[in-house]
Amino acid sequence: MTLPINAQNVSIVSIEKINKLSGENVKLCMQCGTCTASCPMADEMDFYPRKVMHMSQFGLLSEMEDINTYWKCASCHSCSVRCPRGIDIAKVMEALRQLVLRTSKNYIEPSEMPAEQIRELPQIAMVAGFRKLTS
Amino acid sequence: MKISYYPGCTLKLKAKNLELAALASLQALGIDVEEMDRWNCCGAVYSLTDDDLIHHIGPVRNLVRAKERGADKLVTLCSMCYNTLARANQLMRKDATKRDTINRFMDDEIDYAGEVDVIHFLTLLDEQVGWDAIKKKVKKPLTGLKVAPYYGCTLQRPQAVGIEPMGSFSLMTKLLETIGATVVPFYSADKCCGSYQVLNVEAGENEAAANVINAAASAGIEALATSCPLCEYNLGKQQDQFMAKGKITASVPTFYFTQLLAMALGVDPEACHFELNDKKAVQLLEAKKFQVAA
Repeated sequence: MTLPINAQNVSIVSIEKINKLSGENVKLCMQCGTCTASCPMADEMDFYPRKVMHMSQFGLLSEMEDINTYWKCASCHSCSVRCPRGIDIAKVMEALRQLVLRTSKNYIEPSEMPAEQIRELPQIAMVAGFRKLTS
Repeated sequence: MKISYYPGCTLKLKAKNLELAALASLQALGIDVEEMDRWNCCGAVYSLTDDDLIHHIGPVRNLVRAKERGADKLVTLCSMCYNTLARANQLMRKDATKRDTINRFMDDEIDYAGEVDVIHFLTLLDEQVGWDAIKKKVKKPLTGLKVAPYYGCTLQRPQAVGIEPMGSFSLMTKLLETIGATVVPFYSADKCCGSYQVLNVEAGENEAAANVINAAASAGIEALATSCPLCEYNLGKQQDQFMAKGKITASVPTFYFTQLLAMALGVDPEACHFELNDKKAVQLLEAKKFQVAA
């Protein structure tokens, strides 16, 4: 995807939203890709974390609406502890999740989970999963 | 010094084997730790958004309870509880603005500013008991069991709350060596097991967990020791499904480190509750001629 940096493509408002929610500054990212290399979920992601960081630097929220990257993130903090620019990338992913969840959308539907799975799962899996994936 | 014990929800339900083996071990070691008389959910995950303070109330309220009861330290067994409580504690210590807002919101409670230390059970063993003291009480060393520590994410990340520096697994390694097991170096010991993403994938499709098991099997590891009920579920309880889907070729049973400790201390095997682990865990212990039933 080629994207010229201009007023039409860059959404200052969206960048500010991501920065405010995450408490981080996505512009610090220098696109080295250490986050992608560290990510245990990268193989399952539509876009790698590096690319999502790049898109965040442009504030491309609508282009990131349907990708699974931040939903696949398990907040394991492997990227955050390795980022040479000191960005807590897990917090950026959380901000992207929250921007969707705060519009009352669920990523998973607890009511559709099989009863057998609910019986088997440890309690922390459900508390953590519902907090991360439902509004 | 007073040490309060915070169990958390899973240890009272799905991970009784983690807790009961730990309590039996402490008894064998002659250490007295008191469970908090009142506790609530820690939240399981630390809230990562900057404007969200309400999700810190749960963990902080537990810390307030510990302070109220005069505890110097709060010890946890579950890795996720440890991480959430320790990070909330750090927030209350370091961020004066958020601390004030949270304290004002909880005006029914005493003010809290991080007075209690949150520690993990492994740190308690290291600092309050000591490996030499444990070694003297080992009655049934786990000779011949090739085991590796599996820390997962929440014991070490982020670094500010890690029980030890990144890439070092010395606490559990020392414990496993102390109880006579053969510790195999394991370079995936801090790789994520997929965590709560297990809600987001089909059964047996958790690639992150399968990768950890494959790495362990190829390193010649016979068993993994963990302190997290979610790691234990993702790694230990899914192996039949991974096998059926061809994601793993050999199984590597998982144990809570407290079960291995209790077993070595000569605690009644019933108290280790191996029946709550995957059946392959019991089969491994039987094959190694360890006593798994009274």
